[in-house]
Amino acid sequence: MLIHPGSNPLTSSYRLLLLPTIFLLALSLISISIGVGDFSFSHLWADNDDADVWQLLVISRLPRTLALILSGMTLAVAGLIMQMLVRNRFVEPSTAGTIESATLGILLVTLIAPDTPVFIKMLVAGAFSMMGTLVFMALLSRVPLRSPYLVPLIGLVLGGVVLACTTFVAYRFDLVQSLHAWTIGDFSGVLQGRYELLWIGLLLALLACFAADRFTVAGMGEAFTTNLGLNHRALTLFGLLVVSGISATVVITSGNIPFLGLIVPNIVSLLFGDNMRQSIPWVALLGGTFVLLCDIIGRLIYYPYEIPIGTVVGVIGSILFLTILFGRRNRA
Amino acid sequence: MLKNILHTRPSFVLLLLSVTAVICIILFMTLGVKGQWDFALPLRAGKIAALILVAFCIGISAVVFQTISHNRILTPGIMGFDALYILIETLALFVFGLNISGHIATSGMFVLEVAVMTGFACLLFYSLFSGGVRSLHLILLAGIVFGLMFRSLSAFMIRIIDPNEFVILQDRLFASFNQVNTSLLVISIVTVALTSMIGWRLRHQYDVLSLGRDIAVNLGVPYKRTLMLTLVLISVFVSVSTALVGPVLFLGLLVSNLAYTLTGSDKHRYTLPAAVLLGVVFLVGGQTLLERVFELTTPLSVAIEFIGGLLFIYLVTRKGRV
Repeated sequence: MLIHPGSNPLTSSYRLLLLPTIFLLALSLISISIGVGDFSFSHLWADNDDADVWQLLVISRLPRTLALILSGMTLAVAGLIMQMLVRNRFVEPSTAGTIESATLGILLVTLIAPDTPVFIKMLVAGAFSMMGTLVFMALLSRVPLRSPYLVPLIGLVLGGVVLACTTFVAYRFDLVQSLHAWTIGDFSGVLQGRYELLWIGLLLALLACFAADRFTVAGMGEAFTTNLGLNHRALTLFGLLVVSGISATVVITSGNIPFLGLIVPNIVSLLFGDNMRQSIPWVALLGGTFVLLCDIIGRLIYYPYEIPIGTVVGVIGSILFLTILFGRRNRA
Repeated sequence: MLKNILHTRPSFVLLLLSVTAVICIILFMTLGVKGQWDFALPLRAGKIAALILVAFCIGISAVVFQTISHNRILTPGIMGFDALYILIETLALFVFGLNISGHIATSGMFVLEVAVMTGFACLLFYSLFSGGVRSLHLILLAGIVFGLMFRSLSAFMIRIIDPNEFVILQDRLFASFNQVNTSLLVISIVTVALTSMIGWRLRHQYDVLSLGRDIAVNLGVPYKRTLMLTLVLISVFVSVSTALVGPVLFLGLLVSNLAYTLTGSDKHRYTLPAAVLLGVVFLVGGQTLLERVFELTTPLSVAIEFIGGLLFIYLVTRKGRV
């Protein structure tokens, strides 16, 4: 990205944000208008008293689109924060055991107390994902010589171990099928009243925005942060809290969307560098756009049936991830 | 004196492992039969033949793969080989439908799939083995992501596949250790036996290969040819084991590393049989424990994934310390 030396880089990049915002809005309109039910925007304002169209919009289409945008935005921001904290480009909630731990938490709370309100379940899931991520970071601190590729590798395998525990429990109680439904990201079940927890995720992401500069500093390392008079440990804990909260809300609403938090921040970083305050709106917007796009693909490719978004992102995301992986190596 | 002990240790370990394996097999065959021998024995014999075949395939392919890649963390399972097999199987069913994959064509399909997979594997991993300085962790990470991609692609096609066809596919792909697919057993044994001849002919070269590419070439090993043949061997073995029991990510890692540690030797004439025997002990013994002692229905692969994953983390974190 070329930035003219005279202009303020921040304002110029904010002005550029108009473009992705418009794109995101356009995609949202497309997302709202597709589906099996008969729907078009002109019906909304037509003079017939067609209450069904409004109902379809308010109960099903709008919540789904909102849920997609919220999940995409918050997960991408969570990935960005993790990458700053661990100082590794290839880390995100699904490559650090965070998502798998959240799933284990949901499974356990569902088993022990099935009637628990969703909000409490989310808190439990959040606590579990926080613990899982802490274990991941503790493991990392035991690896003095860090190859950049070793970090996500440990995270992926740790996630596998946690998943094995989860599968074991699920098998004992005949819940394997439900487990599959949770782990593969899918927005087809999202209706009014079943996605609102995601707003909490957005709130957490906004909080992270206010601390963006501090995270940028934390990304420079512990010694540097302490030298500037910031508490590195507290900052790390706050970041983990945000990431775990976001992961828990998304997993409990729609399941896992792999690689999202990894790809979007990497692309933004290629464009704008690592100033988090500057890149955070881009990351959020592109995250929302990416998820919307993948969901639309999944809904159209086998219309009127749906491919779950987790699968679509799994395919597109891993291809993009491999491109980033090998692209970075060649430039280095 | 010390040299003498080290010299005898591998054979001692092999003997011990053989005895353990035989005990596991006997226990598996006899525990809890309750008198219905003519019913239980043939059923269990089929199962145990499949388990031993899988142990053989996974043990050999893991050790050989580690030899040609000069690394002890890489195994075909971790590199996404078995996910690739599932993808090809799904793709075949997706493209050709039921007509080709009916049970008459099973063996033909099997050979075809193995051929396609070998081609893929050679393409995919040729760069990894053909030299050049590359980061091991990059390759590992890429392998895991490739595996994820293959699995997602299969899941993607499974969603679109006709439900009737999917039932057949599920039968062939997601069989756990509980219901080993015995119909594939004969063709699998024949295939593995034929392929093993390649490995047998190359057996002397593997010890040299483990010294590293340059030394091996200097000592007169036809590097490229050996590599290609070995990739064929690995692809066949992985296809067979995946077709029989489904993907097991970490079993190869578990048995190969234990084989090195227990025998304390690098020689393939010790490590290969040790890995196979360990595989038998894990699979047969583990299955016996799960089925007869704990009376659990949990697939053994879950337990192996758990232990193997922990071992993997231990290995890489220890590796980082060096």
